Amino acid sequence: MKRADAKTTAAAAAPVTKGKEKKKGKENYRPTRNACKLCAPLGAALAFKGFSKTIPFLHGSQGCATYIRRYLISHYREPVDIAASNFSEEAAIFGGQKSLLLGLENVCRQYRPEMIGLATTCLSETIGDNVPMFLKEYRKGREDGPPVVHVSTPSYRGTHAEGFHEAVRAVVESLATAPETPSREGINLFPGMVSPADIRHLKEIFKDFETEVTILPDISETLDGHLWSEYIRMPEGGTPIQKIRGSGRARASIEFGRVLSGQKSAGKSLEERARVQCFSLGLPIGVSESDRLFQTLSELTGHRVPERYNAQRERLLDAYVDGHKYVSGARAILYGEEDLVIGLAAFLSEIGITPVLCASGSKSGLLKEKLSQVTPDISKIQVEEGADFSDIEEIAAQSAPDIFIGSSKGYRIARALNLPLVRAGFPIHDRIGGPRIIHLGYQGAQALFDRIANALIEKRQSDSKVGYGYM
Amino acid sequence: MSQIEVLKDRKSQIHLKGSEPFEMTCDRHSLSGSVSQRACVFCGSRVVLYPIADALHLVHGPIGCAAYTWDIRGALSSGPELHRMSFSTDLQETDVIYGGEKRLYAALTQLIDQYQPKAAFIYATCIVGIIGDDVAAVCSRVSREKGIPVLPVHSEGFKGTKKDGYRAACDAMFKLVGREDTADVSPFSINILGEFNIGGEAWIIRKYYEKMGVQVVSVMTGDGRVGEIGRSHGAALNVVQCSGAMTSLAEMMQKEYGIPFIRVSYFGLEDTAKALYDVARRFPDNPEILTRTMDLVKNEIRAIEPDLKEYRKDLEGKRAAIYVGGAFKAFSLIRALKTLGMEVVLAGSQTGTDEDYRILEQMCDEGTVILDDANPVELSKYVIEKDADLFIGGVKERPIAYKLGVGFCDHNHERKIPLAGFIGMYNFAKEVHSTVTSPVWKFAHRRRRV
Repeated sequence: MKRADAKTTAAAAAPVTKGKEKKKGKENYRPTRNACKLCAPLGAALAFKGFSKTIPFLHGSQGCATYIRRYLISHYREPVDIAASNFSEEAAIFGGQKSLLLGLENVCRQYRPEMIGLATTCLSETIGDNVPMFLKEYRKGREDGPPVVHVSTPSYRGTHAEGFHEAVRAVVESLATAPETPSREGINLFPGMVSPADIRHLKEIFKDFETEVTILPDISETLDGHLWSEYIRMPEGGTPIQKIRGSGRARASIEFGRVLSGQKSAGKSLEERARVQCFSLGLPIGVSESDRLFQTLSELTGHRVPERYNAQRERLLDAYVDGHKYVSGARAILYGEEDLVIGLAAFLSEIGITPVLCASGSKSGLLKEKLSQVTPDISKIQVEEGADFSDIEEIAAQSAPDIFIGSSKGYRIARALNLPLVRAGFPIHDRIGGPRIIHLGYQGAQALFDRIANALIEKRQSDSKVGYGYM
Repeated sequence: MSQIEVLKDRKSQIHLKGSEPFEMTCDRHSLSGSVSQRACVFCGSRVVLYPIADALHLVHGPIGCAAYTWDIRGALSSGPELHRMSFSTDLQETDVIYGGEKRLYAALTQLIDQYQPKAAFIYATCIVGIIGDDVAAVCSRVSREKGIPVLPVHSEGFKGTKKDGYRAACDAMFKLVGREDTADVSPFSINILGEFNIGGEAWIIRKYYEKMGVQVVSVMTGDGRVGEIGRSHGAALNVVQCSGAMTSLAEMMQKEYGIPFIRVSYFGLEDTAKALYDVARRFPDNPEILTRTMDLVKNEIRAIEPDLKEYRKDLEGKRAAIYVGGAFKAFSLIRALKTLGMEVVLAGSQTGTDEDYRILEQMCDEGTVILDDANPVELSKYVIEKDADLFIGGVKERPIAYKLGVGFCDHNHERKIPLAGFIGMYNFAKEVHSTVTSPVWKFAHRRRRV
């Protein structure tokens, strides 16, 4: 039988042109080849999965929900139920009100959700469905029903990263109430698109600081759950609806993401509306960015950093030293959501790895500026916003990299260049355990450091003819 | 446990054999708000055309549709692999306002220049129909300029179901048929339709036909090539698997070129043997074909029978649930599972027709649940009620099975293992055996015995 792996990859077959040629502007338009981004409704659906007993609902064609489910399931390996209004041709012509109302009713009957997260798709946006008005109509006589939070996420605007943050903002803006006088009950944390393992770790940290935290959204249980004895329509876990409502009474909010810090966000919206001060931090990957988190927590709570985290930090520094010669001087290709790329770049610069390419499918216009805040020499880094994997491949081929760090979607490029790929972020479609990858805090950096150092060691070991059993 | 309610409007799409006279609603649009396991028109077109490896597949629309269909299927190619690239016009807000035709033209010309495909398929997604882009006009312009077929695929997601997408794909493909010379095509020749070369299945099937002395002119679309499709009209017979997807192409070819077609399946021993015999009998002028076929079937079955018997020992009496895209595959799976001594307690499909479900009902034992266009809640309800040991489906069904402590066999396009042909039956048995007999189930809640 013929084998696929003996053949050239499409990647290798593609003629190389310079990625730099791709600049914005109509005359220089280039189609997207192997996108390094997903559509906004995916991000919104993912965010909604992190709120208690919330069913994501896409107002549009059936395929959107099905494709997004398949994509999320392949990473999380958990059931991901997403309802859709399942547009017919009639709805596309005459408007989707009927489909939406019937859909909401059916989903309430079959799922009995505590909240419905309603995201629009490009179809319903393009035909101009007035969803807020439809919802007002729907509410009549159903005042006691579950809240329906609407977020506008046409896939021709932004990427999954924006869809995620917009959905979180929509939830907070619709549910959180502003108290008459500011109160100081716990801290809100907006972690962004991080893994269930990351969120579990963050919960531990807050617990050790003896501080009540509301994590928005919290996918730690809903997308990395247990075996069941019956079908659970909406898994346990997620931010309780009561706590979302109460987030306006928190003493402060912390949001992760240096790019997010320059954009509209749930945290900043809450600050404006309810005077909950919002602290924007980078995604806490590596020592320095994690230090900022622990420092902020220490200041906000009045507690000293718990001893176990000092110990984790010391152990991490010891590991940095033990492993530095295996990683120092290495050149990495980073890609993914902008804030993940920045977080990883901050971490890599601590251990002497240069991220020679930092690429994202998003286009915030902020990536370079924010990267320069966390890396010693931005001139050594090629920064590409709005990049696709073909751009990444072309640039990588010319930048003599040693390692790829990012989602599984970079695998074929890394393979074509015979380089290791350390999997991080989302999606991980070719390995078990994507949701259990930890990136954040000293503990996350420790795990990443070990994996990156070992990948480089393994590469040297397997490339060598000697067969060293001692590295 | 809390009673799982089946939506009222869905009840007519569920049938319990033996409980009532058979009557089932199917072939209709999915209910709003139901978490259907179905995809859309675009998906139907994309899966059919995807394996054509030397064509450019350009998705005209915002990024989602292209991103979710990038290199996700196990459809292999023995040569070019252009099909494994994901191309999108990646429409932005301004395009939605001012139209996407300019972008489409620019994308097409650039990609054709860069990748030199033999043809290009342009998939229209939901909003392309709404913003009124004249995709056909752009396609014919580029076709003139570049000298290759550039074919619009009318696959707007909301314009029907996945089946309409199959038809749109067949319409596009039909335009390629008849473009090439058929001088060297033998009178004992066929086209293989509806075989997508998942895990190399088309290669297995092609080899059988070659051993029989039957020429395979083209496979549509597994390991597909534009040129092969172009001369497919020279074949004497169209052999259609996955009939839901490809029958419309076979019908068009029958009408236009007078090529008869038969429906077959290559899943399971019985169905594979029947397929090969049915083809052989179509060539009575060359009786050697039938003789060779008999030898082939005998040898192939003999080679795997001992292993199948071993697997059967452990699988006898175990209960299986089947939920697949097309009902025709379900028929084969029921027979294949019977070969392994297993009992089918649930059978359903996303896109079965009334006729399909009547056949399915006849094939099933009393008490079997038959489902059309089911959702996770219904599937899990019956998996639990019927105490299944195995679930056969696709990626979306996998976590349902696993959560409930049920083994799983992927029979969809993402799989990497060939399940077609005789060797495919062996792989299938091995796969089913490895999941059903895994010791992990004793830790599952529903089955915890400790």
